[in-house]
Amino acid sequence: MTTIQQPGSELPLQQLENVVIRFAGDSGDGMQITGNQFTMTSALAGNDLATLPDFPAEIRAPVGTRPGVSGFQLQFSANDIHTPGDAPDVLVAMNPAALAVNLSTLKPGGLIVVNTGSFKATDLRKAKLETNPLEDGSLDAFRVIPVDINQRVLDALSDSELSKKDKARCKNFYTLGLMYWVYSRPLETTMDWLATKFAKKPDLVSANQTALQAGYNAGDIHELFQGRYEVPKTDALPAGTYRNINGNQAVALGVVAGAQLAGLRPVLGSYPITPASTILEELAGLKRFGVITMQLEDEIAAVCAAIGASFTGCLGVTSTSGPGMALKGEAMGLAVSAELPLLILDIQRAGPSTGMPTKVEQSDLLQAVFGRNGDTPMPVLAASSPADALEVTIDACRIAVEFMTPVIFLSDNFIANGSEPWLLPDLDTLKEFPVEFATNPEGHRTYMRDEKGSRPWVKPGTPDMAFRIGGLEKDTDGNISYDPDNHQSMTDQRHQKVQNVANTYPPTEVVGETKGDLVVLGWGSSKGIITQSVIDSLQAGRKVSRIHLRNIWPLPNDLDEILTGFKAILVPEMNVGQLARVLRSEMPHQNFISYSKVTGQPFLVSEITEKIATILEN
Amino acid sequence: MSNQATLTKKDFQSDQEVRWCPGCGDYVILSAIQKHMAEVGADPSNVVFVSGIGCSSRFPYYMNTYGFHTIHGRAPAFATGIKVANPELDVWLITGDGDAMSIGGNHFIHALRRNINMNVLMFNNQIYGLTKGQYSPTSPEGKRTKTSPMGAIDRPFNPISLALGANSTFAARTLDTDSKHMAAIFSAAHKHQGTAFVEILQNCVIFNKDFYNDTVAKDVRAEKTIDLIPGEKMIFGSEREKGLRVNGWNVEVCSAEESDVWDAGTESSAPAFLMSQMDDDPNLPMPLGIFRSVDATCYDKAVNGQVEEALAKEGPGDLKELIWSGNCWEID
Ligand SMILES: Cc1ncc(C[n+]2csc(CCOP(=O)(O)OP(=O)(O)O)c2C)c(N)n1
Ligand code: SF4
Ligand SMILES: [Mg+2]
Repeated sequence: MTTIQQPGSELPLQQLENVVIRFAGDSGDGMQITGNQFTMTSALAGNDLATLPDFPAEIRAPVGTRPGVSGFQLQFSANDIHTPGDAPDVLVAMNPAALAVNLSTLKPGGLIVVNTGSFKATDLRKAKLETNPLEDGSLDAFRVIPVDINQRVLDALSDSELSKKDKARCKNFYTLGLMYWVYSRPLETTMDWLATKFAKKPDLVSANQTALQAGYNAGDIHELFQGRYEVPKTDALPAGTYRNINGNQAVALGVVAGAQLAGLRPVLGSYPITPASTILEELAGLKRFGVITMQLEDEIAAVCAAIGASFTGCLGVTSTSGPGMALKGEAMGLAVSAELPLLILDIQRAGPSTGMPTKVEQSDLLQAVFGRNGDTPMPVLAASSPADALEVTIDACRIAVEFMTPVIFLSDNFIANGSEPWLLPDLDTLKEFPVEFATNPEGHRTYMRDEKGSRPWVKPGTPDMAFRIGGLEKDTDGNISYDPDNHQSMTDQRHQKVQNVANTYPPTEVVGETKGDLVVLGWGSSKGIITQSVIDSLQAGRKVSRIHLRNIWPLPNDLDEILTGFKAILVPEMNVGQLARVLRSEMPHQNFISYSKVTGQPFLVSEITEKIATILEN
Repeated sequence: MSNQATLTKKDFQSDQEVRWCPGCGDYVILSAIQKHMAEVGADPSNVVFVSGIGCSSRFPYYMNTYGFHTIHGRAPAFATGIKVANPELDVWLITGDGDAMSIGGNHFIHALRRNINMNVLMFNNQIYGLTKGQYSPTSPEGKRTKTSPMGAIDRPFNPISLALGANSTFAARTLDTDSKHMAAIFSAAHKHQGTAFVEILQNCVIFNKDFYNDTVAKDVRAEKTIDLIPGEKMIFGSEREKGLRVNGWNVEVCSAEESDVWDAGTESSAPAFLMSQMDDDPNLPMPLGIFRSVDATCYDKAVNGQVEEALAKEGPGDLKELIWSGNCWEID
């Protein structure tokens, strides 16, 4: 850009197709709120978008340090996009640590808006920087917009009665205002949000609104930028009503919807754990839907209480993450043995052990499919995006009640906290799967089976239907049996029942050619990234198709035949190749190439694109 | 069956063959419960027996009611889910000293503090029966078992003290050899609104035979035990000549006339705790009967109450409205 700007005159407005922006600051700087507000405003402006919140597990790591940096990346676009973007075009850095941590990801020539007010010697020391990056030439490859945000916020709020500390806390809204100006965004959405958020504290409403406006005005007045940008609304999204949704909200809605479609009351037993806690929080606020939530003493109690609820004829649900899954194993086995419906929501995080609670990984797959004592088969489904999470949750409810089985739903931190525009579904098109409880003692047997292999469900309280069940092996009447042939038969029946779930799947979809040299077979939250990689590869003239698995277990019946059409199958996963291992054992004759990444960060589009290129070139 | 006017004990017996060892105390407890159920006119189709794992936990299979034999130690959590999901059900929890105080200790204390409206019967044989005779958290110090050949060195839990510490609203102790006493305690527990914890001293004839005979055998029981009956004087002794009274922080033996009237409903659980600690004092009788019985909010009611409150305040939830809530926008 060469335009030299005269003070006061209109700045040039440049149209961009898409922008990747990363807000980064201290955990106490409110970067998640800033990012979410920018997201909301961009959504209302009609952009397609995808987000990647990236925050530390500590609530407040030491101020100004690198571990304390909290980031929020967002891609907004006039086109159809699938990922939050590999590399930011713009980095907003509120302190030296945020700059240092994020600089390497920024695009060459990218824009850095930096809060110079936080670059004193002590700030640099906390960030473990020996020299000041603003002065030592390390930012030469970028365009730097230095703004003393700390001071400007204080100036803007000179009339406010707030303490200096409270005034300083408005700096994220000043920053947001500035970025709204750069990208020609209206302030209304955030102004309204502030008014509701702090409704009980009018002085905070006005201070933050003033800061937002001041940031916006600064763009005009202070000639910080040489121009403004505009990302026009997209026409890639189908017509309809949209809202933003993150994965855990979608799951909560899915539980309510799924239970309604089954005609049951949902009962959630849970124990807080990152990144699953917000499901419990969301559902606790939905009591008017008849939802019961219980925060139990631990994850074991949580799943047991949920199974207890299913025993009474409700839809038992439990939500957790990997460490909690490990604790629930024995009780899940009881639900398999007793054959009671149960929805187990596992929002995966990086492991092993406590691992990295706020980072993304897909490493609970084997635990979900196999991680219990005994031959304990259980259907496993995985959501691929926040919006998809609703549909998958509903389907998991359906399988649980239709097959009288516990079902594991897998999501991850990327889906749980990431958000995307969600085309609101037409609820009338959702298919009901009403549960019919058995009430007639005539010819009834506790473990008799229907054509699907499922057993009848009896509600305690029903006259003349009393039964006793448990985890001991039982015969068809539910009586304890250690008979060898009976155990063989019951094991086979439980296995067959879960296999039968695959008969209810829609045909597996292949995106692109159905035969060729390479197909990328993905699962879970990498869908957007894989989609973009495949699009980029096709544009580069590389022939590659794509399949995304929703049903991890049992695998789709048609999968083997479909994969036979491809010479190689690339399986990218954020673990050390867990799905690939399952696929190899089920289809040993196929050529699976595992591509593993376990950094706690999602794949980059470029990583998968390069992998595709390498495979096709060899 | 539910509409029949009078049921007998037999109506509460399932068709399953009972498989405890001959002479096991569990038989008489089962019989006492079946009798109690018939006497109070319980509707078998409205009753659920939930249990963990152990000899005692086989109990539900033998009751002609709904039953759930769950996993080791976790029965209180299952029962919590059952009672919250359907507060109409009459929920009974059957557990052992290992099941409740060892692997399930956490769930046990939390069920008590939440005050779920159910009955918890803990069969205390001071041993792991089902796994063939290892010491349990209620085995006395010095107890020699297969896993403690030189004597147990763990300090045991006092189940009543533990329950009181967990804010139990009802705690009682009874004895498998005394059907009348069991009947009285079961009936009080059943009437109690909240978690009614009943410790039943139970004879494991195979691995801990007659462990309690020093205190409860016919010839010593009158001297070595006292029956705590709320509202009645605390009297014991073969001639019922002795009594108990509370003096400061101590309980002391006095004459029957001088004895205090037992109050299980004091606001503080301190008196009940004092009574429970008498077990450890060789000069004082071991209490049976009702240590504590007070009213408090039941979790199961409260959970459902909040749902009803939300429904009354906000009206029944509309899924469409919920999905359409928040900032929506149109794309055309
Ligand atoms: C997770 C688990 N750990 C261990 C066991 C083995 N086990 C079964 S019952 C039991 C102890 C039972 O003792 P108690 O609760 O006192 O019951 P009792 O048999 O004496 O009635 C043990 C250790 C088990 N079933 N499950
Ligand atoms: S082992 Fe002991 S507790 Fe178990 S059934 Fe036999 S006598 Fe009863
Ligand atoms: Mg025992």
